[in-house]
Amino acid sequence: MIEVSGITKEFGRFTAVNGLSFSAAKGEVLGFLGPNGAGKTTTMRILTGFIPATRGTAVVAGHDILSEPLQAKRKIGYLPESPPLYPEMTVFDYLEFVARIKGVPRERRKARVDESLERCSIGDVRDKLAGKLSKGYRQRVGIAQALVHEPEVLILDEPTAGLDPKQINETRALIRSLGGDHTVVLSTHILPEVVMTCDRVVIINKGSVVAQGTTQSLIDQFRQAEYLQVTVEGPQEEVLNTLRSQDGVIAADTVRGEGDVLTYRLSVEPGREVRRELAARLVRAEHGLLGLHQEGTTLEEVYLRVVSSEEPGEAP
Amino acid sequence: MGNVANLWALARREVQSNFASPVAYVVLGLFALFFGFLFYIYLEDFISRGMGQGFGGAPEILNLNQDMLRWLLDSTAWFLLFVIPLLTMRSFAEEIRTGTIELLLTSPLTDFQIVLGKFLGAVFLFVSMLALTSLHVAILFFFGDPEWKTLLAGYLGLLLFGSALISLGLVFSSLSKNQIVAAVITLGAFLFLGFFQSAENWAGAAASYITYLSATQHLDEFTKGVIDSRDVIYYLTFIGLGLFLSTQSLESLRWRG
Repeated sequence: MIEVSGITKEFGRFTAVNGLSFSAAKGEVLGFLGPNGAGKTTTMRILTGFIPATRGTAVVAGHDILSEPLQAKRKIGYLPESPPLYPEMTVFDYLEFVARIKGVPRERRKARVDESLERCSIGDVRDKLAGKLSKGYRQRVGIAQALVHEPEVLILDEPTAGLDPKQINETRALIRSLGGDHTVVLSTHILPEVVMTCDRVVIINKGSVVAQGTTQSLIDQFRQAEYLQVTVEGPQEEVLNTLRSQDGVIAADTVRGEGDVLTYRLSVEPGREVRRELAARLVRAEHGLLGLHQEGTTLEEVYLRVVSSEEPGEAP
Repeated sequence: MGNVANLWALARREVQSNFASPVAYVVLGLFALFFGFLFYIYLEDFISRGMGQGFGGAPEILNLNQDMLRWLLDSTAWFLLFVIPLLTMRSFAEEIRTGTIELLLTSPLTDFQIVLGKFLGAVFLFVSMLALTSLHVAILFFFGDPEWKTLLAGYLGLLLFGSALISLGLVFSSLSKNQIVAAVITLGAFLFLGFFQSAENWAGAAASYITYLSATQHLDEFTKGVIDSRDVIYYLTFIGLGLFLSTQSLESLRWRG
């Protein structure tokens, strides 16, 4: 549904996006994850035809955005970083206006506007002026605006930015429900958002893709170690020696605790089950084993690793 | 067909947005006030000259079209140089400032359609300004008998003149995200165009060329009641150029990012 190959965008001497390639299948929710300034917004602006790429192609719903912009744009719904509302229009008039310029035929316009209002739960503000709405409502009107012409592709730039926790949950649920009918690309710099809403993740940093795949495949791909947390009663030095002598343990450190009751964090070779042996060994050494549990590798670790492993470049 | 619907939607939103802000009312009010004032001055002068209280002392044989309406429309044109910048300053500048331009530029519209929609919206507002003056004109028809054909030519001239200014105003509005800056630059450019009319006083040999460029100069024949194709072509070219430059400027907005 979306096929991006080798897009590069240069602003003067600054390269905002550098040879970016990725794709999204029909009905998929694709997360675009990266730190601020990674090139997420630039990429989305290229995808929606707001700005042209310096090099490379973007094909959306079967139409190249540069050579067939009108056909492509008809199939794209776009929520920019800040919702593009006209403060002097009522929500209903605004959505009707957007439906018109997006080419929704007259006889279907009202039904489409009503459906978007309902889908985004903003029916109660339909006659209010857009300029008087709270941030949460503005954002939802922004999403309704992107939906009004039943686009095959939805592109949402930081859809939950600036919302309160309750609104964030509602918006995420809404986006989740949009997958399937629509192909959704959303950008965010918030990790849990990707885990909760997306089928697939593209992590970008400094304008390039540094990793992509399903959430689980990324975790597998980047797993270098698993972690165990062990709470043991016993003299620190002895316990550490015991822990380190276990086969498969790469490193052990004290993380917290006081006196003789301390919690240690062990990195273990991936795929190695050492908990049973470790427990036996600690008991044999007459230390008091008070707790033992495995920490999963989280996407957060993957993210921090791929984003910070890049050599430090100068800030744009 | 779809194109016409798009244009209509854009133009209508433009008009509604103008009437939702104080701008439309301020502009219409100012214009009505000023036109009324000019109307009174010229009518007063016309009557006193006709009754022999003018400069020459003796009653003059006067023509309502040539000795009053012509000057009224001419002065109105000069006033428009100041008013039109207020009509066009918001059009693109405000959309660039608030980010709604991103909605327009990612919709299935060509850049030219967007410009044309804005243009039609502003022209509509300008036509409603002119419509206000029908009240004054009606008074003249009630008490006198001006030639309607001559008058119509004058109004056609004003319409072309105003539309030309609007097309240029759009160019300047698309260059800035600050509507005040847009208005000031537009006004400056307009005054230049008006100033060109006086070229014979300062430009020497090139005077006739510079005068030809003057937007106010070409209104002269219209207000006399003469529709000269050269003047019509001048204004249409002016409008075409203004729309073309606005489209180019809008496109460059995409490159500037």
